[in-house]
Amino acid sequence: MTVPADLTRRQLFMKIGIVLNSIVGVILAAPILRYLLSPVVRDRSKTFDSWVALGGLEQFPSGETRLATYRNPVVTPSDGQTADIACWVRNIDGKSFQVFAINCAHLGCPVRWFPHSGLFMCPCHGGAYYQDGSRASGPPERGLFQYDYRIEGRQLLIKASQLPTPGQPSQASNLVREIQPCV
Amino acid sequence: MRLIASIAEWLDARLQLGSSIRETAQHEVPRETASWFYVFGSAAFVVFMLQIVTGILLALIYVPSAAEAWNSLQTLNQSVPLGWYIRALHGWGSNFMVAIVLIHMVQVFLFGAYKYPRELTWIVGVFLLLITLGMAFTGQVLRFDQDAYWGLGIGASIASRVPLLGPAIVHLMLGGPIIAGATLSRFFALHVFVVPGLLIAFVAVHLLMVVKLGINEWPMPGRLVRKATYTKEYHELTKKDGLPFVPGAVWKDLFFAAFVLLSVGACAYYFGPFGPSGPPDPTIIQTAPKPDFFFLWLYAVLSFLPPSMETPVLLIGPVLGILGLLLLPFVFGEGEKSWRRRPVAVLTILLVAVSLTAFTQLGLHTPWSPLMDAWSRIPIPRDFLHNRTALERQGALVFQVKQCHNCHSLGDEGGKRGPALDAVALRLTQDQLIRQVIQGGGNMPAYGKNLSPAETTALVAFLETLHPAGQRPAQDASRSIVLEEHTTSGASNPQ
Repeated sequence: MTVPADLTRRQLFMKIGIVLNSIVGVILAAPILRYLLSPVVRDRSKTFDSWVALGGLEQFPSGETRLATYRNPVVTPSDGQTADIACWVRNIDGKSFQVFAINCAHLGCPVRWFPHSGLFMCPCHGGAYYQDGSRASGPPERGLFQYDYRIEGRQLLIKASQLPTPGQPSQASNLVREIQPCV
Repeated sequence: MRLIASIAEWLDARLQLGSSIRETAQHEVPRETASWFYVFGSAAFVVFMLQIVTGILLALIYVPSAAEAWNSLQTLNQSVPLGWYIRALHGWGSNFMVAIVLIHMVQVFLFGAYKYPRELTWIVGVFLLLITLGMAFTGQVLRFDQDAYWGLGIGASIASRVPLLGPAIVHLMLGGPIIAGATLSRFFALHVFVVPGLLIAFVAVHLLMVVKLGINEWPMPGRLVRKATYTKEYHELTKKDGLPFVPGAVWKDLFFAAFVLLSVGACAYYFGPFGPSGPPDPTIIQTAPKPDFFFLWLYAVLSFLPPSMETPVLLIGPVLGILGLLLLPFVFGEGEKSWRRRPVAVLTILLVAVSLTAFTQLGLHTPWSPLMDAWSRIPIPRDFLHNRTALERQGALVFQVKQCHNCHSLGDEGGKRGPALDAVALRLTQDQLIRQVIQGGGNMPAYGKNLSPAETTALVAFLETLHPAGQRPAQDASRSIVLEEHTTSGASNPQ
């Protein structure tokens, strides 16, 4: 690198000053970026999901679909009621279950269960699902999101913590899964 | 008086601002621009000032915490003297601001003001529109009620569809895995610091360019914009037939600003604040969330898009729309300014206006949504049950119990999701009714698994009665022939 002939001492110092500030800027930007991206970076380490109890099996009679609520496992003091999440529990035959997210697979509105017609209906854009969560009609591209579940000591547990969205559905797929034995 | 003058003199000797302010205020503008058509930009600015003042006043009480926000709004509405009015001013101010910004944009577009040399003024204006809509959306979130909560879910569901980055964007937007405390905090930061900061910066640049480049002259049919000659022509025009902005044109701005502020105040007084609706408790699912007025059109569009089109339209549509607006001054930077000679421009505005109005209207009524309580709240009109057999009445009962009424209307009462069934027997034969009920189709769920054969028989018997008196229900012509043949052959050939 050649030094321009007309570069004065003050100009050189100014340039060094700019370079110094750039370096300091980068040094400060790193922690700021890490702070800003914390919701994303934390996600990558998969610390979000954990098993939460929905309640005793007696709350979910065989052949029926009932509303259940749980406190989200990732919670902060300022969350208030927003950390209380609802889901639909379908007890298929007393042995196997389906746990559906409350959020419509279209745009996340809360679906309601209509036992007489055996349909979940969404109040926002009219999405409808059959009792097994599969898409019946309306704008959703897929069936309801499902949570993984297991039964432990007469308690129904689901693996939860994230808002299911079309881009990132909750853990289980909507396809028919292996039915887990009742413990 | 003399004291004030001497204080002003003392200040100006130090600030050195007086001469440039005087110069700006008294710069010459073309005479025709002192028009009532040119008052919307300043009105938008004045409403923005109102928003800043009322926003700061609200922040004195509002608690940006998911656990407390809704309660603090209740406090504002119920306990703090005139808290409801400040909320109403801020809410109505928001609606007025979006409306005025849109009107301003339409005026600027129709008057060709985006053409040379005001391309950048237009581009900054496009960003100002987006920022204003950003303020409206983030503000709606701060009214942390059911609509805000589920509205965030809709936002997250849309954002999640971005390829590859979708889930990361959702987490960034929500500040965590679910809509919760961190979500409200970051929307508070956006609404109160980031977006208004951007708005102030962009408004400053926008205004600076309006002053430096001069206000767009009144477009005359046939007076074409040419880059080579425009600036010279504009200066000649202002020199020949101009008048100082203050007081020549500014009085109309002042009158209109006062009128707009008074209108905001009156709307706030008569209609009161917006919400909050129910508390942001996701376990309360008996809710039908709806966005604020200016996003209703989008809410409606989302229900009409076919599933396969939705993601591409949602992700590509806005990009193309914004790109189109940004490129407009470069593609049509010269030529005719007058809307009288730009039929395509006028038609574009009309098309957009009609579409937005139609979708907004639909968004207000949501005909695509099942009426969740129709089956238990709305009885079948008496006329449809009069003189019916026991089987048909049993079918009417099935119609209610199986929630058919949630999507289908009878006597104009009930859901509008599916077709009205007042005369369904004219359209479908018995076999077609049975098939439709059991197999569904045409956007109707199949009820085969949820209806016993007896219920289906009763329901179809009821549906077959749904035709105007004096008109015969639809019948399969071949059926009687087949049945007849069957009877004849059965009679002649007994086995």
